[in-house]
Amino acid sequence: MQTSVTHIIPLTLIRRARLLPKPGKVLVRAGQQVQSSDVVAETSSHTSHILLDVRRTLQLSADDDLKQYFDRKVGEKVQKGDLIAQKGGLFKRALVSPEEGVILAVMGGQVLLEVKTPPLQLFAGLDGRISEVIADQGVVIETHGSLLQGVWGNDQIGSGLLLNLAKNPADELTTNLLDLSMRGAVILGGYCAQAAVLETARVINLRGLILGSISSNLIPVAEKLEFPVMVLDGFGKIPINTPAFRILSTSEKREVCLNAVRWNATSGARPELVIPLPAQGELAQDLTNLAVGRKVRVGLPPYTGKVGVVDQVLPGQTTLSNGLRVPAVKVLFEDGETQIVPNVNLDVLE
Amino acid sequence: MTSSVVDADTLLAIDLGSTYTRALLFDMVEGQYHFIAAGTAPSTVNAPFRDAGECVHQALEHLQSITGREIADKDASLIIPTRPDGSGVDRMVMTFSAGPELRVVTAGLLPDVSLESAKNLIQTTYGQVVEAIGLSDRRRADARLDAIIQANPDLVIIAGGTEAGASRSVLKLAELVAMACRVLPQNLRPQVLYAGNSSLAKKIKAGLEKFTKVHTAANVRPEIDMENLGAAEMMLTQVVTELRGQQIGGFAQLTQLCAATPLPSAHAFGRVIRFFSRLYDPSRGVLGVDIGAEYTALAAAQHGQLAVEVMSRGMGRSILSMDTEEDLREILRFVPFPLSVDDLRDYLHQKSLFAAAIPADEKSLGIEQAVARVILRTGMRTLRTRWSGRWMSFEPILATGGVLTRVADPAQSLLMLLDGLQPVGVTTLVIDPHGLAASLGAVAEINTMLPVQVMEKGAFQVLGTVICPASRAKPGTKIMNVRLEMESGEETRLQILQGSLVQLPLQNGQTARLHIDNLRSAELGAPGQRVPSSYKVVGGLCGAVIDARGRPLQIPEDESKRIELLKKWNSAIH
Repeated sequence: MQTSVTHIIPLTLIRRARLLPKPGKVLVRAGQQVQSSDVVAETSSHTSHILLDVRRTLQLSADDDLKQYFDRKVGEKVQKGDLIAQKGGLFKRALVSPEEGVILAVMGGQVLLEVKTPPLQLFAGLDGRISEVIADQGVVIETHGSLLQGVWGNDQIGSGLLLNLAKNPADELTTNLLDLSMRGAVILGGYCAQAAVLETARVINLRGLILGSISSNLIPVAEKLEFPVMVLDGFGKIPINTPAFRILSTSEKREVCLNAVRWNATSGARPELVIPLPAQGELAQDLTNLAVGRKVRVGLPPYTGKVGVVDQVLPGQTTLSNGLRVPAVKVLFEDGETQIVPNVNLDVLE
Repeated sequence: MTSSVVDADTLLAIDLGSTYTRALLFDMVEGQYHFIAAGTAPSTVNAPFRDAGECVHQALEHLQSITGREIADKDASLIIPTRPDGSGVDRMVMTFSAGPELRVVTAGLLPDVSLESAKNLIQTTYGQVVEAIGLSDRRRADARLDAIIQANPDLVIIAGGTEAGASRSVLKLAELVAMACRVLPQNLRPQVLYAGNSSLAKKIKAGLEKFTKVHTAANVRPEIDMENLGAAEMMLTQVVTELRGQQIGGFAQLTQLCAATPLPSAHAFGRVIRFFSRLYDPSRGVLGVDIGAEYTALAAAQHGQLAVEVMSRGMGRSILSMDTEEDLREILRFVPFPLSVDDLRDYLHQKSLFAAAIPADEKSLGIEQAVARVILRTGMRTLRTRWSGRWMSFEPILATGGVLTRVADPAQSLLMLLDGLQPVGVTTLVIDPHGLAASLGAVAEINTMLPVQVMEKGAFQVLGTVICPASRAKPGTKIMNVRLEMESGEETRLQILQGSLVQLPLQNGQTARLHIDNLRSAELGAPGQRVPSSYKVVGGLCGAVIDARGRPLQIPEDESKRIELLKKWNSAIH
């Protein structure tokens, strides 16, 4: 059976498509180097419209032909205060644009104006090279380096120098570990159980926060932060998985790109951390078979977050301690313990 | 589409779930249809494959490895029809619950009337109302327009106007929807289902069709105090199938292989329940519950009249819908060990990340079974509203879905159903251990014999007859004297105390007569309703059970008392 892979790789080729939700303008060219916070494409956000009642404003009757009163055409741009339609005669009346925008339609005696709103911007999300431009839709970005995928993110993007505040994977990140000298850094912490930590991180202007785990009741606080927060392993008090800890603890003071998007099963987008490196890596697979020797991580209790290797794929169904019968494997954990774990409770780390 | 038994001997049913996809093989053995085997694979409708064909292929491979029968050829193409060497299948049907939840905007006149009916309509399938536009909406027209656009809907349902009622306001709503469609790029325009005043249907269809695809159905609210979802529900099913064809890669190709249009699993499940309702006591209803990874479907039918309710609550990613103070408190009431609210919340969030994961220890299993109880409880409350306050008495109750059927002991299934549904009266609890129900509902469209014969062959398992008196007597008070008369003539007499859960000494498959000699302060029917004093009871996997714990269940707030009581209940049934 195929199992999903969470990439925790010291060196790989990272290739990411960044696509607009609807057609727009690509702002970069193929071969161009981009930074994670660069806008690579944008499109109109189409979020604000104004309906202008021409008949009422010009006091026209239902029989009046609107066309003769219009000074503008559909598709035309207008500035605030521009004349859209007018009626001459003794009592002149005029309809002017209340905002800058585009006339989208004239329907049933009304003008539909699309108000100019800030465009929807698409960020690179990682430092790299534009390997492909997909006309009107977006780009493909490539880079080589370390790749660490997480399980949760607060939908923010950022980059900065990595500082490690977790001496051990199971350490708690507390407020007394944070100080003003860390302004602008991306911090690696173990688990976070206090809202005060996130508040302190905001006050000292961190550029990013990487956590092994976080108490789920802090999600609303983390969602409001304007810098990226990425959780590597889950919710509660789960230590940072050891392969990720090894990479991160040896990458201190390196520039890291944090794209803390929400994990979207449909699109496959995952929160991830990229550490660009001046070396060549190979593209990694997103699925693999659960075979002997694979490095795996457990997703649910009783061994949540523990990492080990598949020691044996058990045939048929195995009875668990709670009486359920499921397909399972024997996992040899890093601490030397061997346990039976249902196949579906594992993801492969590679 | 109909088919005779002769020309469709071998049938393949694909169930495209949000977490798993299953390939179910039915074949004729000695002149009768049988369920042969099921192949399973993780669903591949999401990244990285984003193609339903891949998981169907994997599920077929699994099925082939179990049965040793060739179903797909070397090019991985399904062999249809069967070949002389026995390979392949004659027909294929498909049900689906995979795919993102449909985003629906409802547009109607009054919130408690047409908008309510439009909402009820969408609750019969895998969708959620993301915006509602009505007459009492105080926003400006352009703000309402932006609200529709920002909602990014897959579908707009326009309702409103009774049959002899409003037309101008309904047309204005349609104009607003037309404007929204006009503004949106072609590929982002929602489809429209019009189910309002039928005299406007042609006009609205003609007006909106310039911009998007429009479906029409009979008015969901023909009269102010009458709701009629039937025709619109059928049309909605078609719309959902069509939208899934656009949203899920490979879906359209699979559809071409099917002998009938694929059906949403909840809809197909409802068909089975409706079928049951025609077989059983017409004065009572039949209830079906299906807890899936992303959705829970409840189907209640009486005398062929069906009500389906789909909730975005399940044991996978949508388990997060239970992260509310009220739900968390409710779940904890059913957890048989000490657990803090924060730890429970962490578990739900972790489970949402590993949606396919299975509880691997006692505590995780206890939490998930408590979640299932609360999902059932919520479902019953919603259904009761749809059932318009009528007396809810069901016979039988059919349960399906992993959390209800994949258990260490059938008693766990029985207790989840009793605690969650809290039935009153005498009923039979039945489980669908192989998860066949929805597929049988889909098969029924092309082969009416197969579902009947497969059910007769024991596709479903009886957990047991349950006798649930409702009483307000004080705990420990005697509320019934019962006499169980076995076919052998042997008798067992028991005193039933309020608050007790009693397993009757009946083996699986044994039948007996239960005489309720004294029924005091306990009701087995609607309040004041005359009910028989003697019942035929059938022993199931859990024998037969008298649940005299009262309705609603009283569970102590105090943690240690609560745990003690839950443990006592858990040990009462074996």
